[in-house]
Amino acid sequence: MGDLDFGVIARVWPYLLSGLQYTVQLTVVAAIGGVIFGTLLAMARLSSIKPLAMVAAGYVNLMRSIPLLLVIFWFYFLVPVLWQTITGAERPPSIGAERSAYITFVLFEAAYFCEIMRAGIQSIPRGQVGAAYAVGLDYWQSMRLVVLPQAFRNMLPVLLTQTIILFQDVSLVSLLNVTDFVGAAGKIAQRDSRLVEMYLFVAIIYFLLCWLLSWLVKRLQQRIAIVR
Amino acid sequence: MDLGIFLETTADGDMLWWQSIASGLKWTLSTAFFAWIIAFVIGSLIGVARTTSNKWLLRLGNAWVELFRNIPLLVQFFVWYFVIPGLVPAVKAWVITLDPTQHQFVTAIVCLGLFTSARIAEQVRSGIQSLSRGQRMAGYAIGLTEPQTYRYVLLPMAYRIVIPPMTSELMNLIKNTAVAYSIGLAELFFRTREMAEMTFRYFEAFTAATVVYVIIAMTANRVMAWVERRVAVPGYMGSK
Repeated sequence: MGDLDFGVIARVWPYLLSGLQYTVQLTVVAAIGGVIFGTLLAMARLSSIKPLAMVAAGYVNLMRSIPLLLVIFWFYFLVPVLWQTITGAERPPSIGAERSAYITFVLFEAAYFCEIMRAGIQSIPRGQVGAAYAVGLDYWQSMRLVVLPQAFRNMLPVLLTQTIILFQDVSLVSLLNVTDFVGAAGKIAQRDSRLVEMYLFVAIIYFLLCWLLSWLVKRLQQRIAIVR
Repeated sequence: MDLGIFLETTADGDMLWWQSIASGLKWTLSTAFFAWIIAFVIGSLIGVARTTSNKWLLRLGNAWVELFRNIPLLVQFFVWYFVIPGLVPAVKAWVITLDPTQHQFVTAIVCLGLFTSARIAEQVRSGIQSLSRGQRMAGYAIGLTEPQTYRYVLLPMAYRIVIPPMTSELMNLIKNTAVAYSIGLAELFFRTREMAEMTFRYFEAFTAATVVYVIIAMTANRVMAWVERRVAVPGYMGSK
Protein backbone atom coordinates (compact mmCIF):
# COMPACT_ATOMS: atom_id res chain seq x y z
CA MET A 1 0.00 0.00 0.00
CA GLY A 2 2.99 2.25 0.70
CA ASP A 3 4.07 2.68 -2.92
CA LEU A 4 0.84 4.21 -4.17
CA ASP A 5 1.23 7.58 -5.87
CA PHE A 6 -1.94 9.54 -6.36
CA GLY A 7 0.12 12.53 -7.55
CA VAL A 8 -0.14 11.02 -11.02
CA ILE A 9 -3.77 12.19 -11.16
CA ALA A 10 -2.79 15.78 -10.44
CA ARG A 11 -0.19 15.64 -13.23
CA VAL A 12 -2.51 14.32 -15.94
CA TRP A 13 -5.87 15.83 -15.00
CA PRO A 14 -6.30 17.93 -18.19
CA TYR A 15 -6.01 14.73 -20.21
CA LEU A 16 -8.52 12.95 -17.97
CA LEU A 17 -10.86 15.93 -18.22
CA SER A 18 -10.76 15.83 -22.03
CA GLY A 19 -11.66 12.14 -21.78
CA LEU A 20 -14.56 12.95 -19.47
CA GLN A 21 -15.67 15.64 -21.91
CA TYR A 22 -15.89 13.07 -24.72
CA THR A 23 -17.87 10.75 -22.42
CA VAL A 24 -20.38 13.50 -21.56
CA GLN A 25 -20.62 14.63 -25.19
CA LEU A 26 -21.32 11.10 -26.42
CA THR A 27 -23.87 10.57 -23.63
CA VAL A 28 -25.78 13.76 -24.48
CA VAL A 29 -25.80 13.16 -28.23
CA ALA A 30 -26.84 9.51 -27.79
CA ALA A 31 -29.56 10.43 -25.30
CA ILE A 32 -31.10 13.12 -27.53
CA GLY A 33 -30.72 11.10 -30.73
CA GLY A 34 -31.89 7.94 -28.96
CA VAL A 35 -35.03 9.58 -27.58
CA ILE A 36 -35.98 11.03 -31.00
CA PHE A 37 -35.30 7.82 -32.90
CA GLY A 38 -36.74 5.73 -30.06
CA THR A 39 -39.98 7.72 -30.08
CA LEU A 40 -40.33 7.14 -33.83
CA LEU A 41 -39.66 3.44 -33.25
CA ALA A 42 -42.29 3.33 -30.50
CA MET A 43 -44.83 4.94 -32.83
CA ALA A 44 -43.92 2.37 -35.48
CA ARG A 45 -44.33 -0.50 -32.98
CA LEU A 46 -47.78 0.76 -32.03
CA SER A 47 -48.72 1.46 -35.64
CA SER A 48 -51.72 -0.26 -37.20
CA ILE A 49 -49.59 -0.92 -40.29
CA LYS A 50 -48.57 -4.53 -39.50
CA PRO A 51 -45.30 -4.78 -41.51
CA LEU A 52 -44.03 -1.51 -40.01
CA ALA A 53 -44.85 -2.68 -36.49
CA MET A 54 -43.12 -6.00 -37.12
CA VAL A 55 -39.93 -4.45 -38.49
CA ALA A 56 -39.74 -2.07 -35.52
CA ALA A 57 -40.36 -4.88 -33.02
CA GLY A 58 -37.74 -7.04 -34.71
CA TYR A 59 -35.15 -4.27 -34.56
CA VAL A 60 -35.84 -3.54 -30.89
CA ASN A 61 -35.77 -7.20 -29.85
CA LEU A 62 -32.57 -7.86 -31.76
CA MET A 63 -30.77 -4.88 -30.21
CA ARG A 64 -31.97 -5.85 -26.74
CA SER A 65 -30.83 -9.45 -26.96
CA ILE A 66 -27.20 -8.94 -27.92
CA PRO A 67 -24.43 -7.41 -25.76
CA LEU A 68 -23.66 -3.72 -26.24
CA LEU A 69 -20.00 -4.62 -26.71
CA LEU A 70 -20.91 -6.73 -29.74
CA VAL A 71 -23.04 -3.88 -31.13
CA ILE A 72 -20.13 -1.46 -30.70
CA PHE A 73 -17.82 -3.74 -32.67
CA TRP A 74 -20.52 -4.46 -35.29
CA PHE A 75 -20.97 -0.79 -36.07
CA TYR A 76 -17.27 -0.03 -35.94
CA PHE A 77 -16.89 -2.55 -38.75
CA LEU A 78 -20.20 -1.92 -40.58
CA VAL A 79 -20.45 1.89 -40.69
CA PRO A 80 -17.57 2.41 -43.16
CA VAL A 81 -18.87 -0.43 -45.35
CA LEU A 82 -22.39 1.00 -45.36
CA TRP A 83 -21.06 4.47 -46.07
CA GLN A 84 -19.20 3.07 -49.06
CA THR A 85 -22.33 1.35 -50.34
CA ILE A 86 -24.42 4.51 -49.97
CA THR A 87 -21.97 6.98 -51.51
CA GLY A 88 -20.48 4.52 -54.00
CA ALA A 89 -16.95 5.45 -52.94
CA GLU A 90 -14.09 3.31 -54.16
CA ARG A 91 -12.81 2.33 -50.73
CA PRO A 92 -14.48 2.32 -47.30
CA PRO A 93 -13.69 5.65 -45.60
CA SER A 94 -11.78 5.64 -42.32
CA ILE A 95 -14.39 6.99 -39.94
CA GLY A 96 -12.66 6.05 -36.72
CA ALA A 97 -14.03 4.61 -33.52
CA GLU A 98 -14.65 8.06 -31.98
CA ARG A 99 -17.19 9.00 -34.64
CA SER A 100 -18.73 5.59 -35.28
CA ALA A 101 -19.49 5.42 -31.55
CA TYR A 102 -22.02 8.25 -31.97
CA ILE A 103 -23.96 6.25 -34.55
CA THR A 104 -23.67 3.07 -32.47
CA PHE A 105 -25.03 4.60 -29.30
CA VAL A 106 -27.88 6.52 -30.96
CA LEU A 107 -29.07 3.35 -32.72
CA PHE A 108 -28.54 1.07 -29.71
CA GLU A 109 -30.11 3.34 -27.11
CA ALA A 110 -33.05 3.98 -29.45
CA ALA A 111 -34.14 0.38 -28.81
CA TYR A 112 -34.20 0.96 -25.04
CA PHE A 113 -35.77 4.43 -25.26
CA CYS A 114 -38.36 2.94 -27.63
CA GLU A 115 -39.61 0.56 -24.94
CA ILE A 116 -39.81 3.41 -22.41
CA MET A 117 -41.71 5.67 -24.82
CA ARG A 118 -43.99 2.80 -25.82
CA ALA A 119 -44.95 2.34 -22.17
CA GLY A 120 -45.43 6.11 -21.92
CA ILE A 121 -47.68 6.28 -24.99
CA GLN A 122 -49.71 3.30 -23.80
CA SER A 123 -50.23 4.95 -20.42
CA ILE A 124 -52.23 7.75 -22.09
CA PRO A 125 -55.98 7.07 -21.88
CA ARG A 126 -57.66 6.18 -25.17
CA GLY A 127 -60.09 9.06 -24.73
CA GLN A 128 -57.27 11.56 -25.25
CA VAL A 129 -56.59 10.28 -28.75
CA GLY A 130 -60.32 10.13 -29.47
CA ALA A 131 -60.70 13.71 -28.31
CA ALA A 132 -57.78 14.81 -30.47
CA TYR A 133 -59.30 13.20 -33.57
CA ALA A 134 -62.70 14.65 -32.63
CA VAL A 135 -61.39 18.22 -32.72
CA GLY A 136 -60.03 17.50 -36.19
CA LEU A 137 -56.33 16.79 -35.58
CA ASP A 138 -54.66 14.26 -37.86
CA TYR A 139 -52.36 11.43 -36.61
CA TRP A 140 -49.16 13.48 -36.51
CA GLN A 141 -50.84 16.47 -34.90
CA SER A 142 -52.52 14.39 -32.20
CA MET A 143 -49.21 12.66 -31.46
CA ARG A 144 -47.20 15.88 -31.39
CA LEU A 145 -49.69 18.06 -29.54
CA VAL A 146 -51.57 15.64 -27.28
CA VAL A 147 -50.02 12.21 -26.73
CA LEU A 148 -46.24 12.67 -26.84
CA PRO A 149 -45.98 15.68 -24.50
CA GLN A 150 -47.85 13.74 -21.79
CA ALA A 151 -46.02 10.48 -22.47
CA PHE A 152 -42.72 12.30 -22.32
CA ARG A 153 -43.57 13.97 -19.04
CA ASN A 154 -44.77 10.74 -17.43
CA MET A 155 -41.64 8.91 -18.51
CA LEU A 156 -39.10 11.67 -17.82
CA PRO A 157 -37.64 10.05 -14.66
CA VAL A 158 -37.29 6.68 -16.43
CA LEU A 159 -35.70 8.36 -19.47
CA LEU A 160 -33.20 10.12 -17.21
CA THR A 161 -32.40 6.92 -15.31
CA GLN A 162 -31.75 5.21 -18.64
CA THR A 163 -29.47 8.14 -19.54
CA ILE A 164 -27.43 7.52 -16.37
CA ILE A 165 -27.06 3.87 -17.43
CA LEU A 166 -26.02 5.14 -20.87
CA PHE A 167 -23.43 7.41 -19.23
CA GLN A 168 -21.93 4.31 -17.61
CA ASP A 169 -22.20 2.19 -20.76
CA VAL A 170 -20.21 4.73 -22.78
CA SER A 171 -17.12 3.45 -20.91
CA LEU A 172 -17.19 0.37 -23.17
CA VAL A 173 -15.91 2.40 -26.14
CA SER A 174 -12.53 2.46 -24.40
CA LEU A 175 -12.18 -1.16 -25.55
CA LEU A 176 -11.98 0.21 -29.12
CA ASN A 177 -9.08 2.36 -27.96
CA VAL A 178 -11.23 5.51 -27.82
CA THR A 179 -10.04 8.13 -25.34
CA ASP A 180 -13.18 8.51 -23.26
CA PHE A 181 -12.85 8.94 -19.48
CA VAL A 182 -11.95 5.29 -18.84
CA GLY A 183 -9.83 5.16 -22.01
CA ALA A 184 -7.83 8.22 -20.94
CA ALA A 185 -7.28 6.81 -17.45
CA GLY A 186 -6.35 3.43 -18.93
CA LYS A 187 -3.74 4.92 -21.24
CA ILE A 188 -2.09 6.79 -18.38
CA ALA A 189 -2.36 3.71 -16.16
CA GLN A 190 -0.48 1.62 -18.74
CA ARG A 191 2.11 4.30 -19.52
CA ASP A 192 3.00 5.07 -15.90
CA SER A 193 2.23 1.60 -14.47
CA ARG A 194 -0.30 3.20 -12.13
CA LEU A 195 -3.23 0.85 -12.68
CA VAL A 196 -4.34 0.74 -9.05
CA GLU A 197 -4.44 4.52 -8.58
CA MET A 198 -6.02 5.34 -11.94
CA TYR A 199 -8.78 2.74 -11.90
CA LEU A 200 -9.61 3.46 -8.27
CA PHE A 201 -9.85 7.16 -9.14
CA VAL A 202 -12.10 6.45 -12.13
CA ALA A 203 -14.37 4.25 -10.00
CA ILE A 204 -14.71 6.95 -7.33
CA ILE A 205 -15.46 9.74 -9.84
CA TYR A 206 -18.06 7.62 -11.64
CA PHE A 207 -19.63 6.69 -8.33
CA LEU A 208 -19.90 10.31 -7.18
CA LEU A 209 -21.24 11.56 -10.54
CA CYS A 210 -23.84 8.80 -10.97
CA TRP A 211 -24.89 8.96 -7.33
CA LEU A 212 -25.42 12.71 -7.61
CA LEU A 213 -27.31 12.34 -10.89
CA SER A 214 -29.62 9.62 -9.51
CA TRP A 215 -30.28 11.79 -6.46
CA LEU A 216 -31.23 14.68 -8.76
CA VAL A 217 -33.54 12.41 -10.77
CA LYS A 218 -35.22 11.29 -7.54
CA ARG A 219 -35.72 14.92 -6.51
CA LEU A 220 -37.12 15.79 -9.93
CA GLN A 221 -39.45 12.82 -9.78
CA GLN A 222 -40.95 14.11 -6.53
CA ARG A 223 -41.29 17.63 -7.88
CA ILE A 224 -42.94 16.86 -11.19
CA ALA A 225 -45.14 14.03 -9.93
CA ILE A 226 -48.65 14.70 -11.11
CA VAL A 227 -51.21 14.55 -8.34
CA ARG A 228 -54.02 12.38 -9.62
CA MET B 1 -20.90 -14.62 -46.81
CA ASP B 2 -19.02 -17.88 -46.76
CA LEU B 3 -19.82 -20.27 -43.93
CA GLY B 4 -16.94 -22.54 -44.92
CA ILE B 5 -14.70 -20.37 -42.75
CA PHE B 6 -16.10 -22.04 -39.64
CA LEU B 7 -14.68 -25.37 -40.82
CA GLU B 8 -11.17 -23.99 -41.27
CA THR B 9 -8.52 -24.44 -38.58
CA THR B 10 -7.73 -21.58 -36.19
CA ALA B 11 -4.51 -19.61 -36.15
CA ASP B 12 -3.13 -21.90 -33.43
CA GLY B 13 -4.10 -24.84 -35.58
CA ASP B 14 -5.41 -26.94 -32.73
CA MET B 15 -9.12 -26.64 -33.52
CA LEU B 16 -11.65 -25.42 -36.07
CA TRP B 17 -13.20 -21.96 -35.83
CA TRP B 18 -16.64 -23.25 -34.89
CA GLN B 19 -15.04 -25.25 -32.08
CA SER B 20 -13.26 -22.13 -30.89
CA ILE B 21 -16.58 -20.29 -30.75
CA ALA B 22 -18.24 -23.23 -29.02
CA SER B 23 -15.53 -23.22 -26.36
CA GLY B 24 -16.19 -19.48 -25.92
CA LEU B 25 -19.87 -20.24 -25.44
CA LYS B 26 -18.95 -22.77 -22.75
CA TRP B 27 -17.03 -20.10 -20.83
CA THR B 28 -19.86 -17.59 -21.26
CA LEU B 29 -22.45 -20.00 -19.89
CA SER B 30 -20.35 -21.27 -16.99
CA THR B 31 -19.41 -17.72 -15.97
CA ALA B 32 -23.07 -16.70 -16.08
CA PHE B 33 -24.10 -19.81 -14.13
CA PHE B 34 -21.75 -19.28 -11.17
CA ALA B 35 -22.27 -15.51 -11.17
CA TRP B 36 -26.03 -16.08 -11.06
CA ILE B 37 -25.71 -18.26 -7.95
CA ILE B 38 -23.69 -15.55 -6.16
CA ALA B 39 -26.05 -12.84 -7.38
CA PHE B 40 -29.15 -14.75 -6.33
CA VAL B 41 -27.94 -15.60 -2.81
CA ILE B 42 -26.43 -12.20 -1.99
CA GLY B 43 -29.15 -10.30 -3.83
CA SER B 44 -31.83 -12.09 -1.82
CA LEU B 45 -30.06 -11.37 1.49
CA ILE B 46 -29.58 -7.69 0.63
CA GLY B 47 -33.12 -7.40 -0.70
CA VAL B 48 -34.50 -8.84 2.54
CA ALA B 49 -32.22 -6.58 4.58
CA ARG B 50 -33.77 -3.57 2.88
CA THR B 51 -37.27 -4.52 4.03
CA THR B 52 -36.52 -5.33 7.68
CA SER B 53 -37.12 -2.92 10.51
CA ASN B 54 -33.43 -2.95 11.53
CA LYS B 55 -31.98 0.47 10.72
CA TRP B 56 -28.41 -0.78 10.24
CA LEU B 57 -29.38 -3.61 7.95
CA LEU B 58 -31.40 -1.10 5.93
CA ARG B 59 -28.40 1.21 5.59
CA LEU B 60 -26.07 -1.64 4.66
CA GLY B 61 -28.53 -2.79 1.99
CA ASN B 62 -28.93 0.69 0.53
CA ALA B 63 -25.17 1.29 0.50
CA TRP B 64 -24.58 -2.05 -1.24
CA VAL B 65 -27.06 -1.29 -4.00
CA GLU B 66 -25.79 2.27 -4.52
CA LEU B 67 -22.18 1.09 -4.67
CA PHE B 68 -22.69 -1.52 -7.37
CA ARG B 69 -25.20 0.47 -9.41
CA ASN B 70 -23.23 3.68 -9.76
CA ILE B 71 -19.97 2.36 -11.18
CA PRO B 72 -19.80 1.14 -14.80
CA LEU B 73 -19.40 -2.63 -15.12
CA LEU B 74 -16.18 -2.22 -17.11
CA VAL B 75 -14.64 -0.15 -14.31
CA GLN B 76 -15.78 -2.72 -11.75
CA PHE B 77 -13.95 -5.36 -13.77
CA PHE B 78 -10.76 -3.30 -13.62
CA VAL B 79 -11.22 -2.72 -9.90
CA TRP B 80 -11.52 -6.44 -9.18
CA TYR B 81 -8.75 -7.38 -11.60
CA PHE B 82 -6.15 -4.68 -10.90
CA VAL B 83 -7.09 -2.56 -7.87
CA ILE B 84 -8.12 -5.14 -5.26
CA PRO B 85 -5.02 -7.35 -5.66
CA GLY B 86 -2.93 -4.15 -5.66
CA LEU B 87 -4.43 -2.92 -2.40
CA VAL B 88 -4.85 -6.17 -0.45
CA PRO B 89 -1.61 -8.16 -0.13
CA ALA B 90 -3.48 -11.34 0.88
CA VAL B 91 -5.48 -11.29 -2.36
CA LYS B 92 -2.33 -10.64 -4.34
CA ALA B 93 -0.58 -13.58 -2.70
CA TRP B 94 -3.52 -15.77 -3.65
CA VAL B 95 -4.00 -14.66 -7.26
CA ILE B 96 -0.37 -15.21 -8.19
CA THR B 97 -0.84 -18.88 -7.34
CA LEU B 98 -3.59 -19.08 -9.99
CA ASP B 99 -2.95 -19.49 -13.68
CA PRO B 100 -4.19 -16.50 -15.75
CA THR B 101 -7.32 -18.29 -17.00
CA GLN B 102 -8.38 -19.19 -13.47
CA HIS B 103 -7.71 -15.64 -12.30
CA GLN B 104 -9.86 -14.20 -15.11
CA PHE B 105 -12.63 -16.71 -14.50
CA VAL B 106 -12.77 -16.09 -10.74
CA THR B 107 -12.63 -12.31 -11.26
CA ALA B 108 -15.46 -12.45 -13.81
CA ILE B 109 -17.66 -14.57 -11.54
CA VAL B 110 -17.12 -12.37 -8.48
CA CYS B 111 -17.48 -9.11 -10.43
CA LEU B 112 -20.60 -10.11 -12.36
CA GLY B 113 -22.07 -11.86 -9.32
CA LEU B 114 -21.85 -8.81 -7.07
CA PHE B 115 -22.85 -6.40 -9.88
CA THR B 116 -25.98 -8.46 -10.55
CA SER B 117 -26.69 -8.97 -6.84
CA ALA B 118 -27.45 -5.25 -6.47
CA ARG B 119 -30.05 -5.51 -9.25
CA ILE B 120 -31.59 -8.68 -7.80
CA ALA B 121 -31.73 -7.02 -4.38
CA GLU B 122 -33.84 -4.27 -5.93
CA GLN B 123 -36.22 -6.82 -7.46
CA VAL B 124 -36.53 -8.87 -4.26
CA ARG B 125 -37.19 -5.73 -2.24
CA SER B 126 -39.89 -4.49 -4.62
CA GLY B 127 -41.42 -7.98 -4.63
CA ILE B 128 -41.64 -8.04 -0.83
CA GLN B 129 -42.96 -4.50 -0.69
CA SER B 130 -45.65 -5.25 -3.24
CA LEU B 131 -47.25 -7.73 -0.79
CA SER B 132 -50.01 -6.39 1.37
CA ARG B 133 -49.14 -5.56 4.99
CA GLY B 134 -51.59 -8.17 6.16
CA GLN B 135 -49.34 -11.01 4.98
CA ARG B 136 -46.56 -10.06 7.37
CA MET B 137 -49.00 -9.42 10.20
CA ALA B 138 -50.71 -12.75 9.61
CA GLY B 139 -47.32 -14.43 9.87
CA TYR B 140 -46.61 -12.77 13.19
CA ALA B 141 -50.16 -13.42 14.41
CA ILE B 142 -49.83 -17.17 14.07
CA GLY B 143 -46.64 -16.97 16.12
CA LEU B 144 -43.90 -17.09 13.47
CA THR B 145 -40.67 -15.23 14.19
CA GLU B 146 -39.42 -12.61 11.71
CA PRO B 147 -37.08 -15.04 9.89
CA GLN B 148 -39.85 -17.63 9.74
CA THR B 149 -42.29 -15.07 8.37
CA TYR B 150 -39.84 -14.32 5.56
CA ARG B 151 -39.15 -17.97 4.91
CA TYR B 152 -42.71 -19.29 4.87
CA VAL B 153 -44.92 -16.29 4.06
CA LEU B 154 -43.21 -13.34 2.36
CA LEU B 155 -40.45 -14.81 0.19
CA PRO B 156 -42.45 -17.61 -1.46
CA MET B 157 -44.88 -14.98 -2.74
CA ALA B 158 -42.31 -12.30 -3.49
CA TYR B 159 -40.09 -14.59 -5.62
CA ARG B 160 -43.05 -15.61 -7.74
CA ILE B 161 -44.05 -12.00 -8.33
CA VAL B 162 -40.59 -10.95 -9.49
CA ILE B 163 -39.94 -13.80 -11.93
CA PRO B 164 -40.44 -11.59 -15.04
CA PRO B 165 -37.97 -8.87 -13.96
CA MET B 166 -35.60 -11.61 -12.76
CA THR B 167 -35.72 -13.05 -16.27
CA SER B 168 -34.45 -9.82 -17.73
CA GLU B 169 -31.73 -9.68 -15.06
CA LEU B 170 -30.63 -13.18 -16.06
CA MET B 171 -30.49 -12.15 -19.70
CA ASN B 172 -28.59 -8.98 -18.79
CA LEU B 173 -26.11 -11.12 -16.86
CA ILE B 174 -25.51 -13.36 -19.87
CA LYS B 175 -25.02 -10.32 -22.10
CA ASN B 176 -22.75 -8.70 -19.52
CA THR B 177 -20.36 -11.67 -19.58
CA ALA B 178 -19.11 -10.15 -22.85
CA VAL B 179 -17.45 -7.40 -20.79
CA ALA B 180 -15.16 -10.08 -19.29
CA TYR B 181 -13.43 -9.81 -22.68
CA SER B 182 -11.78 -6.68 -21.22
CA ILE B 183 -9.73 -8.77 -18.76
CA GLY B 184 -9.00 -11.42 -21.38
CA LEU B 185 -11.44 -14.18 -20.46
CA ALA B 186 -11.85 -16.30 -23.62
CA GLU B 187 -15.66 -16.18 -23.65
CA LEU B 188 -17.96 -16.03 -26.67
CA PHE B 189 -17.33 -12.40 -27.63
CA PHE B 190 -13.57 -12.79 -27.16
CA ARG B 191 -13.56 -15.80 -29.49
CA THR B 192 -15.61 -14.14 -32.23
CA ARG B 193 -13.49 -11.02 -32.14
CA GLU B 194 -10.36 -13.15 -32.30
CA MET B 195 -11.78 -14.96 -35.32
CA ALA B 196 -12.69 -11.65 -37.00
CA GLU B 197 -9.20 -10.20 -36.45
CA MET B 198 -7.35 -13.33 -37.55
CA THR B 199 -9.37 -14.14 -40.67
CA PHE B 200 -10.74 -10.68 -41.61
CA ARG B 201 -14.15 -12.37 -41.82
CA TYR B 202 -15.82 -9.78 -39.59
CA PHE B 203 -19.25 -10.32 -41.07
CA GLU B 204 -19.31 -14.09 -40.56
CA ALA B 205 -17.79 -13.94 -37.08
CA PHE B 206 -20.08 -11.21 -35.73
CA THR B 207 -23.13 -12.83 -37.34
CA ALA B 208 -22.28 -16.08 -35.56
CA ALA B 209 -22.01 -14.26 -32.22
CA THR B 210 -25.29 -12.41 -32.84
CA VAL B 211 -27.13 -15.61 -33.69
CA VAL B 212 -25.77 -17.41 -30.62
CA TYR B 213 -26.67 -14.54 -28.26
CA VAL B 214 -30.19 -14.31 -29.72
CA ILE B 215 -30.66 -18.08 -29.26
CA ILE B 216 -29.46 -17.85 -25.65
CA ALA B 217 -31.84 -14.95 -24.96
CA MET B 218 -34.78 -16.80 -26.49
CA THR B 219 -33.97 -20.00 -24.59
CA ALA B 220 -33.61 -18.18 -21.26
CA ASN B 221 -36.94 -16.49 -21.95
CA ARG B 222 -38.69 -19.83 -22.62
CA VAL B 223 -37.14 -21.53 -19.59
CA MET B 224 -38.17 -18.73 -17.25
CA ALA B 225 -41.69 -18.65 -18.71
CA TRP B 226 -41.89 -22.38 -17.99
CA VAL B 227 -40.67 -21.84 -14.42
CA GLU B 228 -43.23 -19.08 -14.01
CA ARG B 229 -46.08 -21.38 -15.09
CA ARG B 230 -44.81 -24.22 -12.89
CA VAL B 231 -44.72 -22.18 -9.68
CA ALA B 232 -47.82 -20.03 -10.27
CA VAL B 233 -50.10 -19.83 -7.23
CA PRO B 234 -53.71 -20.71 -8.06
CA GLY B 235 -56.04 -17.78 -7.85
CA TYR B 236 -53.38 -15.20 -8.73
CA MET B 237 -52.66 -13.48 -12.05
CA GLY B 238 -50.73 -15.74 -14.37
CA SER B 239 -52.04 -19.00 -12.93
CA LYS B 240 -54.20 -21.24 -15.04
